[in-house]
Amino acid sequence: MLMKPLTPVSPGARVVLGVAFFVVFVAVWSAATFTGYVSATFLADPWTMLKSGWMLLTEMGFAEDIGMTVWRVVGGFVIAAAIALPLGVAMGAYKPIEAFFEPFVSFARYLPASAFIPLLILWAGIGEAQKLAVIFIGSFFQLVLMIAVTVGNTRRDLVEAAYTLGAGDRSLVWRVMIPGAAPEIAETLRMVLGWAWTYVIVAELIGASSGIGHMITDSQALLATDQIIFGIIVIGVIGLLSDLLFKAANRRLFPWAQLGR
Amino acid sequence: MKPILQIRGVERRFAGAGGGTLALQATDLAVAENDFVTILGPSGCGKSTLLRIVAGLDQPTAGQVLLDGQRIDGPGADRGMVFQSYTLFPWLNVLDNVCFGLRERGLPRTQQLEIAHGFIAKVGLAGFESHYPKQLSGGMQQRTAIARALANGPRMLLMDEPFGALDHQTRELMQELLLGIWEAERKTVLFVTHDIDEAVFMASRVVVMSARPGRIKLDRAVELPHPRHYSVKTTPAFTSLKAELTECVRAEVRAAQGLKD
Repeated sequence: MLMKPLTPVSPGARVVLGVAFFVVFVAVWSAATFTGYVSATFLADPWTMLKSGWMLLTEMGFAEDIGMTVWRVVGGFVIAAAIALPLGVAMGAYKPIEAFFEPFVSFARYLPASAFIPLLILWAGIGEAQKLAVIFIGSFFQLVLMIAVTVGNTRRDLVEAAYTLGAGDRSLVWRVMIPGAAPEIAETLRMVLGWAWTYVIVAELIGASSGIGHMITDSQALLATDQIIFGIIVIGVIGLLSDLLFKAANRRLFPWAQLGR
Repeated sequence: MKPILQIRGVERRFAGAGGGTLALQATDLAVAENDFVTILGPSGCGKSTLLRIVAGLDQPTAGQVLLDGQRIDGPGADRGMVFQSYTLFPWLNVLDNVCFGLRERGLPRTQQLEIAHGFIAKVGLAGFESHYPKQLSGGMQQRTAIARALANGPRMLLMDEPFGALDHQTRELMQELLLGIWEAERKTVLFVTHDIDEAVFMASRVVVMSARPGRIKLDRAVELPHPRHYSVKTTPAFTSLKAELTECVRAEVRAAQGLKD
């Protein structure tokens, strides 16, 4: 009865099943660690992880590290978005601009942001600028391309309707193409911000004196797997939270668009 | 009476292998002020192509179109258009959709609202001003599209099978609505359809086009008096005109479908 294809499941059952996964996960983890099946050096048990997490937050100023990491991601992402938005829109609206930038942007998209770190350290030192630059490189090219595609996919019948209502070319871009593309652009921003989290830790693994990545490197030196795991979980939770917030904001901003539920 | 629209030798050839496709043969048509001209013909006969050329959304490969003696070379607010697909801007509610052309012209908001409310009432959508297109039925969306085009005060109204996507009953109601508005406003209308009943009921003049390559085969005035009640559809005068047109169109539809007579 439960397993008929495409048959929906009640919201209550959904929650129970979702929580059940984590319960099973922690149970297996606990079983593996408390029984000594997996050595404590390799993997700390859940309780120790929570205890050291608590210690990190209360005694070692981990909250500041979290703040630093968040500021780096958001900062780098915002700078990338601020440039990618106008450029992406221009590329989507005007084919000559697209033809000029697209080949390079398509290529640059595949360059791994992490590979730039040694180069950036050389050019920008080990300060904040270098960290922000890593996030920027990881986000910018994806954003430009996806925004350009979204804007370029404007419904042609809406464009024609606008022209027959007397819209000029500038009005077409500002009053039809941009509002029409806005929900999808917002979803693109949300998605790329999610990816940006993965670059910041790499940027902080080398040459950082603060941040979650820095804490992980320190913990590695001490073989404190409990702290490392706690750090990773914190990143996951922050990423998930920011994603949910973004999703909710998008749905509120664009009630007219059926953003994927 | 001097015609306001003059189509002179307009031909449209689409590029392709072997000289391309001739969609429209050199066509002449004159439309006088307050005419309601319906263009009837089988699929692919070039009627939509002709309308789009008048709208300025397509360029003829020969010939020209003159509106009030001026050559047309692009779309504009003087030729408002209602399309078969629902072209309401999804991010705007009914009121803002109808105000679109007026806002484009830079009218003050109070004036925009006054004009818009008037036309929204005329199409029977008073009370729905705050609704978004996705909350409206197909018929309501097309009514909004008609209000939007009319509110902009165009010289001519172009309609490309606007009721084609609606069910039969809704379509009949929409015909009566549009006819009522035309009888009051006396706009000049060019209306493309493949429905003979619709063509006769609304028109002051019916133009029949042949199968591809399209040319005008018949240009018949409709002498039925105004105002036209829907019951006119069963009167002898209506029926005999419908019979004549059916014969004329049927030959073309058969030709278009590749059936030899």
